Amino acid sequence: MGCLQSLLPSRWSSFRSSFVRFLISVLGVGLLGVPSIGCRPEPRADLIIHNGMEVETIDPHVLTGLPDGRVTGAMFEGLTRYDPETGRAIPGLAHSWDISPDGRVYTFHLRTNAAFSTGEPIRADDVVWSWQRAADPTTAADYSGFFFYVEGGQAIVTGASTNLSGLGIRAVDPLTVEVRLVNPTPFLPDLCGMRIMAVVPRWAVEKYGDQWVRMDPLPCSGAYELLSWRPNDRIRLRRNPHYWDAANVGCERVDVLSGDSPAAALNLYLAGDVDFLIDKVMIPPELNDVLRKRPDFHTFQYLGTYFVRFNVTRKPFDDPRVRQAISLVLDKRRIVERITRLGEQPTSALTPPGTGGYQPPPGLGHNAVLASDASAYAAAMETNRAEAQRLLAAAGFPGGKGFPPFTYMFNAGGGGGSRMHENVGIELQTALREDLGLQMELRPVEWKTYLSDMSRLNFDMIRGSWIGDYQDPTTFLDLFLADSGNNRTGWKNARYDALLAAAAAEPDVSRRFDQLREAETLLVRDEVPILPVFNYVGLFAFDRTKWEGIYANLTDEHPFRSIRRRTGGAAPVRSALSPAAAGTP
Amino acid sequence: MNEVDKAPAPVRPLSPGGKAWRRLWRHRPAVISAGFLAVVVLLALFVPWLGPHVSAQGSDLQFSSPDSAHWFGTDVHGRDVFTRVFAGARISLLVGAVGAGVSLVIGVCWGMVAGYVGGRLDGVMMRLVDILYSLPSIVVVIVLITTLEGYVKTWMGTSFPRLVPLARLLLLFAGLGAVSWLTMARIVRGQVLSLRSRPFVLASLALGASHRRILFRHILPNVAGIIIVYLTLTLPAIILYESFLSYLGLGIQPPEASLGTLIAEGASQINPLRVFWWLILGPGGVLALTLLALNFLGDGLRDALDPRGN
Amino acid sequence: MYFLRRFLFLIPLTWVIVTLSFFLVRVAPGGPFDRERRPASPAVERALATKYHLDESLGSQYLRFLGLRWERQPDGSWQRAPGGLIAGDLGLSLKYRNHSVTDIIRQGLPVSLALGGAAFLFALGFGIPLGVYTAVRRGHTGDWLGSLVALLFICIPGFVIGPLLILVFALQTGWFPVGLWGTPRHVVLPMIALGLYFGGRVARLTREGMSQALLSEFVRTARAKGVSELGVLLRHAFPIAVMPVVSYSGPMLADLLTGSFVVENIFQIPGIGVFLVNSSLGRDYTMVVGLVLLYAVLLLVLNLLVDFTYSLLDPRVRHE
Repeated sequence: MGCLQSLLPSRWSSFRSSFVRFLISVLGVGLLGVPSIGCRPEPRADLIIHNGMEVETIDPHVLTGLPDGRVTGAMFEGLTRYDPETGRAIPGLAHSWDISPDGRVYTFHLRTNAAFSTGEPIRADDVVWSWQRAADPTTAADYSGFFFYVEGGQAIVTGASTNLSGLGIRAVDPLTVEVRLVNPTPFLPDLCGMRIMAVVPRWAVEKYGDQWVRMDPLPCSGAYELLSWRPNDRIRLRRNPHYWDAANVGCERVDVLSGDSPAAALNLYLAGDVDFLIDKVMIPPELNDVLRKRPDFHTFQYLGTYFVRFNVTRKPFDDPRVRQAISLVLDKRRIVERITRLGEQPTSALTPPGTGGYQPPPGLGHNAVLASDASAYAAAMETNRAEAQRLLAAAGFPGGKGFPPFTYMFNAGGGGGSRMHENVGIELQTALREDLGLQMELRPVEWKTYLSDMSRLNFDMIRGSWIGDYQDPTTFLDLFLADSGNNRTGWKNARYDALLAAAAAEPDVSRRFDQLREAETLLVRDEVPILPVFNYVGLFAFDRTKWEGIYANLTDEHPFRSIRRRTGGAAPVRSALSPAAAGTP
Repeated sequence: MNEVDKAPAPVRPLSPGGKAWRRLWRHRPAVISAGFLAVVVLLALFVPWLGPHVSAQGSDLQFSSPDSAHWFGTDVHGRDVFTRVFAGARISLLVGAVGAGVSLVIGVCWGMVAGYVGGRLDGVMMRLVDILYSLPSIVVVIVLITTLEGYVKTWMGTSFPRLVPLARLLLLFAGLGAVSWLTMARIVRGQVLSLRSRPFVLASLALGASHRRILFRHILPNVAGIIIVYLTLTLPAIILYESFLSYLGLGIQPPEASLGTLIAEGASQINPLRVFWWLILGPGGVLALTLLALNFLGDGLRDALDPRGN
Repeated sequence: MYFLRRFLFLIPLTWVIVTLSFFLVRVAPGGPFDRERRPASPAVERALATKYHLDESLGSQYLRFLGLRWERQPDGSWQRAPGGLIAGDLGLSLKYRNHSVTDIIRQGLPVSLALGGAAFLFALGFGIPLGVYTAVRRGHTGDWLGSLVALLFICIPGFVIGPLLILVFALQTGWFPVGLWGTPRHVVLPMIALGLYFGGRVARLTREGMSQALLSEFVRTARAKGVSELGVLLRHAFPIAVMPVVSYSGPMLADLLTGSFVVENIFQIPGIGVFLVNSSLGRDYTMVVGLVLLYAVLLLVLNLLVDFTYSLLDPRVRHE
């Protein structure tokens, strides 16, 4: 007993010393983090934009993500830039351009006052070098495929030629750039505004290599320059004083926030910590129906289509009748009215209507898309179901008998859109079970598995979508060329490829569109390797009574430079441009 | 110090098991909890198939609030939430039971052996736990599920085609099991380490008791309390971890759901503009009540098993 | 001596863990540069792989990662490839290609440390008193209510608590910011959202430890000797009661300090918790390995500290 008593005090003191020390060390660890808080009394930026996911890179040539493109577009400019209202090309570093009679040679005239944010002037050589760098496969620019339109581009990008000067661009004089094309490409000015064609500082890249964008100060050719960049927090931009159009840049300082959570983004916006929610992914889809009724949330059409891919290399999906039957029974209207709820239009074609003036042909099940009211829609769906059952029986599976079990794969997790994919899958599953007697298993997978299985054709049916890059139907139709890396259905059709090739060489616009329509008919009515579901509707949020210079457009381009705070009741003014400039398409 | 003669092992005239049952029966909250759990299990087993409104099929009644037809309201596809909650409870309880089972069997044995034997074996066993512990579970689970799913599916496709949809569930069990036993092992080992030099253990050893007898008769009852408490902590952790995996696209395959995924679905509806409260209250309430009942049952069990009770 | 040996043993242990994670992340399907769109040509794809050495064999990638790879120079001499673990260089993140892994950790870790440290103190601060209270009132209404509170915190996940806290204390009352990081006010809500769960667990473990301690022989002895009830609690029972909590503190602290995906996500906090999940999902090999290294070192050191504390708290625990 005695020994116990003598033990207690010592235990207590050792306890006190050790446990308290333990706590103090923990406290110390916590205090280490204190410098990260409480010492950033920076004033609020003039404009705070929530840009969605964290930017992966701000090198305009190698970036791939939409958030990267938005913020980099504010920092780097090419020969053209985009009109905030229409999303079409307007003069950028080039003040005008001439087109040769055969439409294959473009001559761009540079501005005399174009300069990097560090003061160096931008000359024709800079443009030529930038294009050569972007096309060079060792730069590893994913999007360098856009140089296929330029003479010699395909050989360079595919590595067949290592002679960069073989690219069809040359400096005629310090202020004149000549671009030679493979085919007449009416949308070239639109391409010239893309990030991959932006002008970058040669000396910086040559000195720092891939990490040149971490140079401080970073020479920027666009409206804003980089002040700071904290991963997963914010990129801070400042007006580029040397920008040729600096007088019309809307704000002095812009903070570009990044984050993963739509709920957090919405909260920040509602609390006034964010002025502009630019990324639809950052708006909780559960609230679409409520939000779109608010005056500060704006919906708009843009070039994007949601569809389902069939793996035509797998039985029984190699039979077009099976694909047609499945395509016919999906209740697309139920999906847009109950799941996506932004006023999307169900579609039976791949290309959204009005892409560069093109109207897509009616696809399979177009009667339901056209139906004006509920009863007409129900009747159309009834017809389609009967037709689908007939097709399935003709393919050897009457009532779904003998049809092997199969899966529908979609990406789950990550941003707010994931639950939407699941919900679309559930609707598809229900329709197939009830109308065709097919058992389809839903298979959610995380993003990289989804990508890897899709590109290896390791699926039966898989969710797909495509966002157009420029305003021309080929930005969609090129996808399903036999040798396209983005085809991912296993579908190859010689006639389709031939029609697209013919259209590429066709100078007459209406004949070109006819050929494209014929090709698309093969894709969405006869062969259906894909099942188009709906055209995306964009959604962003900002207070129109406070901000101006943000417009809805088909390419979802919202240049930061034109966004400005509204000053007392003045009518919306477009940033001063020279719309009369020669060559505006 | 001669602590040996201070605390002789208690002598029990009656079978300890019988006494434990008696004590458990007298623990009212535990009995009520057991009854409640039985009801939940029965509902989870039978609701998905029985009753007037229990079809999990979609309908046109999107997001309708609770009424006499749909006790917990309906969801985005117009499915009855009540049905889905109990279908989800079935999966969650299964997932939780497997995780807790692994934690109980592997974790407790591992920790007891390491703590009791000590020395070099303890070092090796605990370093192994350290290694597994230091690999963030999310990395392990992602790799496990993404790489093995394909193989498991092809293997099952050839031998048990009907079970293919369960492949993901099996992998989930494996993944959750792999990470669930580590903390238990550490905690049990810590307790055993301090128990093994206690007077009553030393006394039994001196009296010639076998190691196995000491482990199961003397040490296990003394760590039973912490094991049960930790089990009741593991269960919700696993059930919620499953919902996190579902959020990442690694969990249960829709249209199946678990309580965790239902709660996550409901949580996404918490926002300043509109709250579909029944989507969170239904599954959340069932989960909370179930876990509470489990805890009170655990408490009763713990008291009943405590060798020093009464 | 025992602890010195364990401490030295941390080095090979860390090496095993890092090696395991290095190979594990490379086993998962897909790679860091798989995207929704294929690169323009196979040449571009190859160039990308070459740039980040993903075209090399796994073995040489591993040697390069360790910093033990020698390369033949154009002039025929052999030279060690620059960087590598032995040089303290974890490489560039493969997803966030303009940042090195150490750069990202340096920027995010202080945030996670501050938040995690605060949440840890918060969890202990309400968990231990609640646990002691419920143990003392065991079987009474106080126990019942206290346990109910603790259990509710345990089974209500962060992704429910977080949005609720924001709804009530940020959006409706405007007392705290809805998210982001910067001032002490930004810490409060995420600290609570993160700490409640752990606090609930601490309360349960303390209650169990305290119940055990109150039944133990020396507490009975102390009582018999007429020590006041409070004195018994604080001086005699508490050191024993807190042992399960100490045991749990190591992993808890490692979890808290390396950030929480859910809470950082909900409050849009630039910590490193989000990176761990996103880099695993994005197959950002270098980033995963770097973060695993950080997590492993933290956890191992903390667990060692816990074991050390254990032996101080309870002299009966002997390490021979």
